[in-house]
Amino acid sequence: MAAEARVSDFTGKAHVALNDPKLRANFRRAMDGLMTKRAAQFADPEEWATLRARGAAIRADALARLPELLERLEANLTRNGVTVHWAESTEEANAIVLGILREAGATRVIKGKSMVTEEMHLNAFLEANGVIPVESDLGEYIIQLAGEAPSHIVMPCIHMNKGEIAELFADKIEGLGYTENVDELTAAARRALRGRFADAQAGISGVNFAIAETGSLVLIENEGNGRLSTTLPPVHIAVTGIEKVIERLEDVAPLLSLLPRSATGQPITTYVNMISGPRKPGEKDGPREVHLVLLDNGRSKVYGDTQLADTLRCIRCAACMNHCPVYTRVGGHTYTFTYPGPIGKILTPQLEGLDCAGDQPHASTLCGACAEVCPVQIPIPDLLARLRTEAVKPSSDAVKGGGSSATLADSLGWAGWKALYSSPALYGLASRALGWFGNLMPASAPMLRTWTAVRTKPKFAAKSLHQLAREKGFSHD
Amino acid sequence: MSASIRPDSVYFFGTCLIDLFYPEAGLAGMELLRREGLKVVFPQKQTCCGQPARNNGHQDEARAVARLQLDAFPEDWPIVVPSGSCAGMMKTHYAELFENTPDHARAVAFSARVFELTEFLVDVLKVRLVDKGRPVTITWHPSCHSQREAKVVDQPKALLGQLANVTLVENPRETECCGFGGAFAVRQPEVSAAMVTDKVASIEATGASRVISGDCGCLMNITGAAEKSRKPFSGTHIAQFLMERCHGR
Amino acid sequence: MTDANASARDRILARLKSAPKRPAPPRPDWTPPAFGSERKARFKAMLEASHAEVHEVTDESWPERLLSILGNKGARTLLYAPATEAGRRLSDAWSDGGPALLAYDRSVEDLKEVLVHQADAALTTARGGIAQTGSLVLWPTPDEPRLMSLLPPIHVALVNEADLTDSLAETIRAQGWATAMPTNALLVSGPSKTADIEQTLAYGVHGPKELVVLLVGPEGARP
Repeated sequence: MAAEARVSDFTGKAHVALNDPKLRANFRRAMDGLMTKRAAQFADPEEWATLRARGAAIRADALARLPELLERLEANLTRNGVTVHWAESTEEANAIVLGILREAGATRVIKGKSMVTEEMHLNAFLEANGVIPVESDLGEYIIQLAGEAPSHIVMPCIHMNKGEIAELFADKIEGLGYTENVDELTAAARRALRGRFADAQAGISGVNFAIAETGSLVLIENEGNGRLSTTLPPVHIAVTGIEKVIERLEDVAPLLSLLPRSATGQPITTYVNMISGPRKPGEKDGPREVHLVLLDNGRSKVYGDTQLADTLRCIRCAACMNHCPVYTRVGGHTYTFTYPGPIGKILTPQLEGLDCAGDQPHASTLCGACAEVCPVQIPIPDLLARLRTEAVKPSSDAVKGGGSSATLADSLGWAGWKALYSSPALYGLASRALGWFGNLMPASAPMLRTWTAVRTKPKFAAKSLHQLAREKGFSHD
Repeated sequence: MSASIRPDSVYFFGTCLIDLFYPEAGLAGMELLRREGLKVVFPQKQTCCGQPARNNGHQDEARAVARLQLDAFPEDWPIVVPSGSCAGMMKTHYAELFENTPDHARAVAFSARVFELTEFLVDVLKVRLVDKGRPVTITWHPSCHSQREAKVVDQPKALLGQLANVTLVENPRETECCGFGGAFAVRQPEVSAAMVTDKVASIEATGASRVISGDCGCLMNITGAAEKSRKPFSGTHIAQFLMERCHGR
Repeated sequence: MTDANASARDRILARLKSAPKRPAPPRPDWTPPAFGSERKARFKAMLEASHAEVHEVTDESWPERLLSILGNKGARTLLYAPATEAGRRLSDAWSDGGPALLAYDRSVEDLKEVLVHQADAALTTARGGIAQTGSLVLWPTPDEPRLMSLLPPIHVALVNEADLTDSLAETIRAQGWATAMPTNALLVSGPSKTADIEQTLAYGVHGPKELVVLLVGPEGARP
């Protein structure tokens, strides 16, 4: 399948989401719960501060030495019997995965949760090539049945409520009636997927951390589907972005103390699965082949800019979206591309280009709630501001589609603003004029209309503070 | 400038929004400083901190306007700002804005002199307030930039806590953004509207008759939405509220 | 590896290497938590908070306790590892009334039906336990394979109190993991669970629905 050309339409999709009360209630409830649970995990501010400083340094350090660590990772994985593949684009990565499956004669595939395979649109590609991929994470399974994309990177079906899932299951799972009982729904999924695991000729998973020092892949999860996908089928293909590498095994400890607590407010996930190779002689289970596909897809370009490269520190905990007042109201599908929320707003324009996702860096109040909870201290608001700059005045070719938002009206408008605010005399005249005439502007004037839809018109004061300060005898030098 | 040294003179940076829309809030801020015995200087050359351009990707324009402010406050006095947002801009973004320019050192020194108003009143002046007003129930709205850029969190509540007849009710959604975000309100009007509608509802649910804030951008947004939907509360800048209480109005 | 692939690798690495160099920041100090005399209590409390059962047993008594626990749960079959010390103890002590023992003594390909559909419970050992998070350290071996702790609905794990540690960081360092990683190392901190449907917790979605920890105390200690 050729990648479909997609363009972000934040405003249009937000309009649809904002007018869907059920969707808004689903997100609000979910995000409130996740924020409360996370806060309980990090109740000790000192512990939080030292832990996240450590986590940020580990990720920053890994990025500072990224090429060297990738080579070490590859060498150690190869020594451990894992085959390492490199893909520059999602098309290449898809072809590599298909090649491995064809080589193994595999047409039935079970998948653990992986956002990188979402980025690749791997399922659609495999289906078009005669392979049946079955998602096994409950949330992913639900949205696969529904034919939808994830709306959250940790909880893919968070936009759906019990009733919607009950209807879907009654419709799609043979022999199951309508039930909103979560235990029954979960048990139905277990029954439906057990056979798929046993049947699968290959398992595909993502990776949370790839450890250069030992050549190990660390996967975390609660359900056990990730372990099943990587243990039961004879072939395991792990897919990850090139930025996921960390240097040492001991680095896992602080990162693991940050990730689940930030993500879902759990002290740790039920399973931490560390894979260091295929089945060895004498071992009775485990895949006979393990592959790692390292995907670039624009990441090495992001890496080329020392400021924007901070984007690549991300460990995909989703705390930024859980705490984002915009995401909470519009949900994940409003972001069009794979990664929603604040991390998506900085990552997507860099991977896809500012010419097709240039509206995303502006879909933020720069409130900073995201950066406040980021366990690896990504300065998201600063990166949003930087991308806004690249969209109108590119500093170099740092970002694809740089300069694509530059318009004559925009540059004239800001030139006028600058002229006004960098000239005390002109500003003095203008502020007097606004005090006299500003309030004559009707509430229906073009710029005011959006404001006054839910608010009253702001009122210019008759006298500015400059005037009042003089009148009240405040010195001016 | 050490936070513990009490100066004789301070500068006041009024902010462009206060200048045009809420001058009485600025005046109240200056009065609060003057009644502590300080000489309060309001340079007439000042205009805007440059944040609107910076946040919209126009660094050059932001720098040109910011440079005027560097010129307008020449003495080594503290610069007190009645806005967490503008103070946050001047404290945390001037260094990067002037990076690799001849003004960099000057900008860094300038940033170190910037104080948000309540921060200055509490941390430097250690003011004691006497409440002469009637009993009132209020709630507090911290602006995002005051909390997260200027890092002013406890000081406004410490001041409000000194007022004997003021009951401060905490809004459980206090720290959530009101949806203003400058140009955001125009670029994403529907998302902004949803955010301010929720903010107004959360304030109403506290039962407070007034919402107090240290930022006029938030206040313009919140009180505008509250007025439009006829909510039973009003909004006031903290400087103005404190002056009111001290005068028994 | 094909030529095209080798060049993808080279091109990616070349781009990364041509990027401006950035300093590797120092790692600020961070001390993992320590629990002192509270270690065991913390381990138990954390596991129980994650919906696991913890039973304190002795080295003599555990097979008997296991028999009664599984009896109460109505397990009909128990998967075990016959070549391990624990497996031998188990089969020696097992009575005719208990769940039927299923031996994991051949490769998964020859045992799939039993593993996937027939085993009600499984017994494994744990290499250690971590108090901070209430985690078992599982270290599967040829004798005690990976799927034992994953496929049956009840997973019973034996862990020695002497093998409890405070934190993962301490465990990795003290046990020298970095130079001796097995094919698969695991931390298990409760039964399989999901909250994907309206953030409502449900157990046993894919892995075990129940996790039973037999915490083996020192000889002579009160069980």
